[in-house]
Amino acid sequence: MRLEYFQLIDRIVDLDIGAQSIKAEATVPTTSTIFEGHFPGFPIMPGVLLVESMAQTSGWLLVALNKFERMPFFASIKDAKFRQFVKPGERLDLTARVVHEGSGYAMTQATVSIDGKQRCSAQLTLVLAPFPNPEFRSHMTDMAQRIEFPKHAMPQS
Amino acid sequence: MSTFDQVANIIAETCDIPRDTITPESHAIDDLGIDSLDFLDIAFAIDKAFGIKLPLEKWTQEVNDGKATTEQYFVLSNLCTRIDELVAAKGA
Repeated sequence: MRLEYFQLIDRIVDLDIGAQSIKAEATVPTTSTIFEGHFPGFPIMPGVLLVESMAQTSGWLLVALNKFERMPFFASIKDAKFRQFVKPGERLDLTARVVHEGSGYAMTQATVSIDGKQRCSAQLTLVLAPFPNPEFRSHMTDMAQRIEFPKHAMPQS
Repeated sequence: MSTFDQVANIIAETCDIPRDTITPESHAIDDLGIDSLDFLDIAFAIDKAFGIKLPLEKWTQEVNDGKATTEQYFVLSNLCTRIDELVAAKGA
Protein backbone atom coordinates (compact mmCIF):
# COMPACT_ATOMS: atom_id res chain seq x y z
CA MET A 1 0.00 0.00 0.00
CA ARG A 2 1.17 3.48 -0.78
CA LEU A 3 -1.25 5.46 1.30
CA GLU A 4 0.24 8.81 0.31
CA TYR A 5 -0.61 8.04 -3.33
CA PHE A 6 -3.93 6.43 -2.46
CA GLN A 7 -2.70 3.18 -3.99
CA LEU A 8 -4.27 0.56 -1.79
CA ILE A 9 -3.63 -2.58 -3.82
CA ASP A 10 -0.17 -4.15 -3.92
CA ARG A 11 -0.73 -7.09 -6.20
CA ILE A 12 -3.37 -8.88 -8.24
CA VAL A 13 -3.27 -12.51 -7.14
CA ASP A 14 -5.92 -13.97 -9.40
CA LEU A 15 -8.25 -12.70 -12.09
CA ASP A 16 -11.02 -14.91 -13.44
CA ILE A 17 -12.67 -13.18 -16.39
CA GLY A 18 -15.26 -15.95 -16.85
CA ALA A 19 -16.33 -15.93 -13.22
CA GLN A 20 -16.07 -12.11 -13.11
CA SER A 21 -13.99 -12.25 -9.95
CA ILE A 22 -10.64 -11.03 -8.70
CA LYS A 23 -8.31 -11.57 -5.76
CA ALA A 24 -5.73 -9.04 -4.66
CA GLU A 25 -3.47 -8.45 -1.71
CA ALA A 26 -2.10 -5.47 0.14
CA THR A 27 -0.05 -4.91 3.24
CA VAL A 28 -0.92 -2.07 5.56
CA PRO A 29 2.21 0.01 6.15
CA THR A 30 3.67 -0.16 9.63
CA THR A 31 4.05 3.60 9.79
CA SER A 32 2.02 6.44 8.35
CA THR A 33 1.03 9.90 9.49
CA ILE A 34 -2.56 8.63 9.25
CA PHE A 35 -1.92 6.40 12.24
CA GLU A 36 -0.68 9.34 14.26
CA GLY A 37 -4.22 10.68 14.21
CA HIS A 38 -6.21 7.46 13.82
CA PHE A 39 -5.62 6.95 16.68
CA PRO A 40 -2.88 8.26 18.99
CA GLY A 41 -1.62 5.25 20.92
CA PHE A 42 -4.02 2.94 19.10
CA PRO A 43 -3.25 2.87 15.37
CA ILE A 44 -5.90 1.20 13.20
CA MET A 45 -6.70 1.37 9.49
CA PRO A 46 -9.54 3.87 8.88
CA GLY A 47 -12.75 2.28 7.63
CA VAL A 48 -12.89 4.69 4.70
CA LEU A 49 -9.54 3.38 3.48
CA LEU A 50 -10.78 -0.19 3.76
CA VAL A 51 -13.76 0.84 1.66
CA GLU A 52 -11.38 2.41 -0.85
CA SER A 53 -9.35 -0.80 -0.96
CA MET A 54 -12.53 -2.73 -1.81
CA ALA A 55 -13.44 -0.09 -4.42
CA GLN A 56 -9.99 -0.33 -6.02
CA THR A 57 -10.16 -4.13 -6.08
CA SER A 58 -13.59 -3.90 -7.73
CA GLY A 59 -12.25 -1.26 -10.09
CA TRP A 60 -9.39 -3.42 -11.33
CA LEU A 61 -11.83 -6.24 -11.96
CA LEU A 62 -14.05 -3.96 -14.03
CA VAL A 63 -11.09 -2.47 -15.89
CA ALA A 64 -10.17 -6.01 -16.91
CA LEU A 65 -13.71 -6.98 -17.90
CA ASN A 66 -13.93 -3.81 -20.01
CA LYS A 67 -10.51 -4.43 -21.57
CA PHE A 68 -9.14 -1.07 -20.39
CA GLU A 69 -11.68 0.72 -22.59
CA ARG A 70 -13.79 2.07 -19.72
CA MET A 71 -12.80 3.52 -16.37
CA PRO A 72 -14.87 2.54 -13.33
CA PHE A 73 -15.68 5.36 -10.92
CA PHE A 74 -16.92 4.62 -7.41
CA ALA A 75 -20.58 5.67 -7.18
CA SER A 76 -22.19 4.12 -4.12
CA ILE A 77 -21.79 1.61 -1.34
CA LYS A 78 -24.25 -0.50 0.59
CA ASP A 79 -24.08 -2.79 3.57
CA ALA A 80 -20.51 -1.90 4.48
CA LYS A 81 -19.46 -3.89 7.53
CA PHE A 82 -16.29 -3.60 9.56
CA ARG A 83 -16.07 -6.65 11.76
CA GLN A 84 -12.69 -6.27 13.39
CA PHE A 85 -9.87 -3.73 13.55
CA VAL A 86 -7.18 -3.78 10.89
CA LYS A 87 -3.77 -2.84 12.25
CA PRO A 88 -0.50 -1.54 10.74
CA GLY A 89 1.59 -4.29 9.15
CA GLU A 90 -1.29 -6.68 8.53
CA ARG A 91 -1.68 -8.31 5.13
CA LEU A 92 -5.08 -7.98 3.51
CA ASP A 93 -6.60 -10.49 1.12
CA LEU A 94 -9.13 -8.68 -1.02
CA THR A 95 -11.79 -10.15 -3.25
CA ALA A 96 -14.43 -8.73 -5.55
CA ARG A 97 -16.97 -10.28 -7.85
CA VAL A 98 -19.57 -8.79 -10.14
CA VAL A 99 -23.10 -9.30 -8.85
CA HIS A 100 -24.76 -7.30 -11.61
CA GLU A 101 -23.53 -5.95 -14.91
CA GLY A 102 -25.80 -3.09 -15.92
CA SER A 103 -25.73 -0.69 -18.82
CA GLY A 104 -22.91 1.73 -17.97
CA TYR A 105 -22.51 0.52 -14.42
CA ALA A 106 -21.75 -2.59 -12.40
CA MET A 107 -22.32 -3.76 -8.87
CA THR A 108 -19.78 -5.81 -7.00
CA GLN A 109 -19.54 -7.65 -3.73
CA ALA A 110 -16.16 -7.12 -2.12
CA THR A 111 -14.43 -8.44 0.98
CA VAL A 112 -11.29 -7.87 3.01
CA SER A 113 -9.90 -10.85 4.94
CA ILE A 114 -6.86 -11.44 7.10
CA ASP A 115 -5.59 -14.97 7.66
CA GLY A 116 -8.77 -16.37 6.17
CA LYS A 117 -11.06 -14.42 8.45
CA GLN A 118 -13.30 -11.80 6.92
CA ARG A 119 -12.85 -8.33 8.40
CA CYS A 120 -14.91 -6.17 6.03
CA SER A 121 -17.47 -6.55 3.28
CA ALA A 122 -19.63 -4.28 1.15
CA GLN A 123 -21.65 -4.04 -2.01
CA LEU A 124 -20.37 -1.35 -4.33
CA THR A 125 -21.66 0.36 -7.45
CA LEU A 126 -19.20 1.69 -10.00
CA VAL A 127 -20.13 3.75 -13.02
CA LEU A 128 -18.25 2.96 -16.20
CA ALA A 129 -17.13 5.91 -18.31
CA PRO A 130 -14.71 6.47 -21.16
CA PHE A 131 -11.23 7.44 -19.99
CA PRO A 132 -11.23 11.24 -19.74
CA ASN A 133 -7.85 11.45 -21.49
CA PRO A 134 -5.11 9.16 -22.88
CA GLU A 135 -2.72 10.05 -20.05
CA PHE A 136 -5.11 8.63 -17.49
CA ARG A 137 -5.48 5.37 -19.41
CA SER A 138 -1.72 5.16 -19.82
CA HIS A 139 -1.31 5.67 -16.09
CA MET A 140 -3.73 2.83 -15.46
CA THR A 141 -1.88 0.43 -17.75
CA ASP A 142 1.42 1.38 -16.07
CA MET A 143 -0.15 0.81 -12.69
CA ALA A 144 -1.60 -2.50 -13.84
CA GLN A 145 1.89 -3.71 -14.70
CA ARG A 146 3.20 -2.56 -11.35
CA ILE A 147 0.59 -4.58 -9.48
CA GLU A 148 1.24 -7.68 -11.62
CA PHE A 149 -1.98 -7.52 -13.58
CA PRO A 150 -2.26 -10.79 -15.55
CA LYS A 151 -0.75 -10.38 -19.01
CA HIS A 152 -3.76 -11.96 -20.71
CA ALA A 153 -5.97 -9.19 -19.39
CA MET A 154 -3.68 -6.34 -20.42
CA PRO A 155 -4.59 -4.27 -23.50
CA GLN A 156 -2.79 -5.27 -26.67
CA SER A 157 -1.58 -1.76 -27.51
CA MET B 1 -49.15 -8.00 -11.01
CA SER B 2 -48.82 -5.55 -13.90
CA THR B 3 -45.47 -4.24 -15.07
CA PHE B 4 -46.43 -0.81 -13.74
CA ASP B 5 -47.27 -2.17 -10.28
CA GLN B 6 -43.98 -4.02 -10.12
CA VAL B 7 -42.02 -0.95 -11.21
CA ALA B 8 -43.92 1.35 -8.87
CA ASN B 9 -43.27 -1.00 -5.96
CA ILE B 10 -39.58 -1.10 -6.82
CA ILE B 11 -39.39 2.70 -6.96
CA ALA B 12 -41.32 3.08 -3.71
CA GLU B 13 -39.06 0.63 -1.92
CA THR B 14 -35.76 1.71 -3.46
CA CYS B 15 -36.24 5.46 -3.15
CA ASP B 16 -38.53 5.60 -0.13
CA ILE B 17 -41.26 7.34 -2.11
CA PRO B 18 -44.90 6.81 -0.98
CA ARG B 19 -46.40 4.23 -3.30
CA ASP B 20 -49.66 6.15 -3.76
CA THR B 21 -47.82 9.15 -5.23
CA ILE B 22 -46.44 7.05 -8.07
CA THR B 23 -48.70 6.96 -11.14
CA PRO B 24 -48.25 5.83 -14.74
CA GLU B 25 -48.02 9.51 -15.69
CA SER B 26 -45.20 10.21 -13.20
CA HIS B 27 -41.89 11.30 -14.68
CA ALA B 28 -39.22 9.52 -12.66
CA ILE B 29 -36.87 12.50 -12.73
CA ASP B 30 -39.11 15.56 -12.97
CA ASP B 31 -42.03 14.40 -10.82
CA LEU B 32 -40.53 11.87 -8.43
CA GLY B 33 -37.16 13.60 -8.05
CA ILE B 34 -35.13 10.48 -8.73
CA ASP B 35 -31.56 11.32 -9.70
CA SER B 36 -29.31 9.32 -11.99
CA LEU B 37 -27.55 7.52 -9.15
CA ASP B 38 -30.78 6.47 -7.48
CA PHE B 39 -32.02 5.36 -10.87
CA LEU B 40 -29.13 2.87 -11.04
CA ASP B 41 -30.58 1.11 -7.99
CA ILE B 42 -33.98 1.08 -9.67
CA ALA B 43 -32.48 -0.24 -12.91
CA PHE B 44 -30.67 -2.95 -10.93
CA ALA B 45 -33.94 -4.03 -9.29
CA ILE B 46 -35.84 -3.92 -12.60
CA ASP B 47 -33.10 -5.89 -14.37
CA LYS B 48 -33.29 -8.54 -11.66
CA ALA B 49 -37.09 -8.64 -11.47
CA PHE B 50 -37.63 -8.92 -15.22
CA GLY B 51 -34.44 -10.71 -16.29
CA ILE B 52 -33.48 -7.92 -18.68
CA LYS B 53 -30.85 -5.22 -18.99
CA LEU B 54 -32.24 -1.71 -19.32
CA PRO B 55 -30.10 -0.01 -21.99
CA LEU B 56 -29.50 3.11 -19.92
CA GLU B 57 -26.40 4.17 -21.82
CA LYS B 58 -28.21 4.01 -25.15
CA TRP B 59 -31.18 5.95 -23.79
CA THR B 60 -28.94 8.60 -22.26
CA GLN B 61 -27.04 8.97 -25.51
CA GLU B 62 -30.27 9.36 -27.48
CA VAL B 63 -31.50 12.06 -25.10
CA ASN B 64 -28.15 13.86 -25.19
CA ASP B 65 -28.13 13.72 -28.99
CA GLY B 66 -31.65 15.13 -29.15
CA LYS B 67 -32.97 11.95 -30.77
CA ALA B 68 -35.31 11.21 -27.88
CA THR B 69 -36.87 12.99 -24.94
CA THR B 70 -36.59 11.96 -21.33
CA GLU B 71 -40.38 11.52 -21.36
CA GLN B 72 -40.03 8.62 -23.78
CA TYR B 73 -38.01 6.64 -21.26
CA PHE B 74 -38.71 8.07 -17.83
CA VAL B 75 -42.46 8.63 -17.76
CA LEU B 76 -43.42 5.40 -16.02
CA SER B 77 -46.03 4.24 -18.52
CA ASN B 78 -43.42 4.62 -21.27
CA LEU B 79 -40.75 2.95 -19.14
CA CYS B 80 -43.09 0.01 -18.59
CA THR B 81 -43.70 -0.25 -22.32
CA ARG B 82 -39.93 -0.42 -22.85
CA ILE B 83 -39.65 -3.10 -20.18
CA ASP B 84 -42.41 -5.15 -21.81
CA GLU B 85 -40.62 -4.82 -25.15
CA LEU B 86 -37.35 -5.99 -23.65
CA VAL B 87 -39.05 -8.93 -21.95
CA ALA B 88 -40.78 -9.86 -25.21
CA ALA B 89 -37.49 -9.58 -27.15
CA LYS B 90 -35.80 -11.83 -24.61
CA GLY B 91 -38.44 -14.51 -25.09
CA ALA B 92 -38.47 -14.24 -28.88
